[in-house]
Amino acid sequence: MIRYIGKRLLFMIPLLLGITVICFAVMRLAPGSPTDIQTQMNPKSSVELQERLRALYELDKPLHVQYLSWLKRLVVLDLGRSFMPDQRPVADKILERLPITILINCLSLFLIMAIAIPIGVLSAVHQNSWFDKATTLFVFAGFATPSFWLALLLMIFFGIHLGWLPISGLRSLNYEYMAPVAALLDLLKHLILPVFISAFGGLAGISRYMRANMLEVIRQDYIMTARAKGLSERLVIYKHALRNALLPVITIMGLSVPGLIGGSVIFETIFAIPGMGQLFYMSVMSRDYPVIMGILFVGAVLTLIGNLLADVSYALADPRIRQS
Amino acid sequence: MFLTPWPIREFDNHENELDAIWIAIMRRSELIGRFAANKMAVAGGIIVLALFVVSLLAPWMSPYDPNDINLGKMLLPPSPDHLFGTDQLGRDVLSRMIWGSRISLQVGFVATGIAVLIGTILGAISGYYRGWVDAMIMRLVDIMLCFPTFFLILAVIAFLEPSIWNIMIIIGLTGWMGITRLVRADFVSLRERDFVQAARTLGANDFRIIFIHILPNALASVLVTATLGVAGAILTESALSFLGIGVQPPTPSWGNILTAGKDNIDISWWLSLYPGLAILITVLGYNLLGEGIRDTLDPRLKE
Repeated sequence: MIRYIGKRLLFMIPLLLGITVICFAVMRLAPGSPTDIQTQMNPKSSVELQERLRALYELDKPLHVQYLSWLKRLVVLDLGRSFMPDQRPVADKILERLPITILINCLSLFLIMAIAIPIGVLSAVHQNSWFDKATTLFVFAGFATPSFWLALLLMIFFGIHLGWLPISGLRSLNYEYMAPVAALLDLLKHLILPVFISAFGGLAGISRYMRANMLEVIRQDYIMTARAKGLSERLVIYKHALRNALLPVITIMGLSVPGLIGGSVIFETIFAIPGMGQLFYMSVMSRDYPVIMGILFVGAVLTLIGNLLADVSYALADPRIRQS
Repeated sequence: MFLTPWPIREFDNHENELDAIWIAIMRRSELIGRFAANKMAVAGGIIVLALFVVSLLAPWMSPYDPNDINLGKMLLPPSPDHLFGTDQLGRDVLSRMIWGSRISLQVGFVATGIAVLIGTILGAISGYYRGWVDAMIMRLVDIMLCFPTFFLILAVIAFLEPSIWNIMIIIGLTGWMGITRLVRADFVSLRERDFVQAARTLGANDFRIIFIHILPNALASVLVTATLGVAGAILTESALSFLGIGVQPPTPSWGNILTAGKDNIDISWWLSLYPGLAILITVLGYNLLGEGIRDTLDPRLKE
């Protein structure tokens, strides 16, 4: 098992290098040089200052030298400083916002599993029943629904029309005066809509996938064997079939990580949640290039970690992978 | 409709050319029949067709000029005069939505076209030549798939101007990986077939074998993925426009009408409801059509 994980980790290295190359290539897309933006905005800048900045970014050196020195700084997580007036290190800015984004993404992954798996299993077991047909309809509608639009509708309905749920931020204004339990409830209330919206995109896909897997497994010989030896239908479905149908879902969960992280830009912007997605959006709007590059890199690394976790849990769940 | 140069392999087996043509015709009518029997697919086809008609006839169908500002009529709720209400500048929402359908159509097709072009060429080269070329291209696909696509698109847009052409190109450039894998898989198995060997014996060069002999047999899966890709591109464009980094006002797009919906969320629900419904129905149409084509071309894949 440890050898397997080690192998996966080694496999990640070329991918990680590739990610840095693409990030670097995107950075070179900037019209002019990154120093122009810093200096043009600043009335105090002089030709001499521009030259110093140029030297700092080593823009006078050939491309591969620039890349290597950028990579060297990346290794120690030195992502440069923000172009914003606060000029804080990019790494700090990202790290303080990362936990809330990861929290919401984990919650929504959990929600997806809790809803999509039962739906998929039930509609496969009762294929062509009204439940199956209704969920198929839901799946097609779900695939086609823009999540930001659903967010708007839910905000209008639950936030404004009914007034049940808050529609922006993570905390109420009087948060500081609340008792701990009330404060936690307040946070949860603020999280309901964002987590649901972030999960919604995955719900349709994963329940569909689960249904297809289950249908495939039910047709296998070993299920027939289980039935033939007289096991109850419940035992056949929930013990023998479900376990095998769940395996590929682990991989799909890993693959859905980039979608979830990418989606965080949308729901964090709509719900004004101070996470990495919102920071990304604000940086794009203000052309804060160091922060943009930092988040692009962090997003790709998070995806890699998600894939690694999926691979490892697959190996834990499936003895065939572990032994080979 | 979606006819591909389909029965290429059939010609090999029939000495009599008339026979072959007859079989080709039968095959086509069979395909059309199977498609017509699939209610979901036909519904999808009708939706897509209707959208084409709407965007083509936009100048005649829209009741008002989409950019006609009328500050006396700001944020009016739906009424017989303005079926879908008016926006924060008094413009007719229905007219803006009708013109917005042109943007969706354009983005959907151009972006998907770029993705299909890149994906098909890379996938064909990868699957036909194998070896180190294949390894390089597949690693590139792996690396590209590590990036949250939406992040990559946003990052590139931050460096370029958010014009409609840039957006179409970027959506295309970040969406070719799935098609590459599909085409590669098809090529890997097709290159071993007898008809490829026959073509090579007859002296066809690689270019001819790849594009004339193998590619037509791999087009079915490309067509399905491309149809679903149009839906994806439309969703992405609307999300970008909604965030204000896509199609820029005053050009109407469904996404940027929704931005106005968000800004006036406490007063005007109609600005949020209708453009979103238009996106939903459009995407649904392309998805149904795509799945319908898949079921028609390859009934074995049907669940």
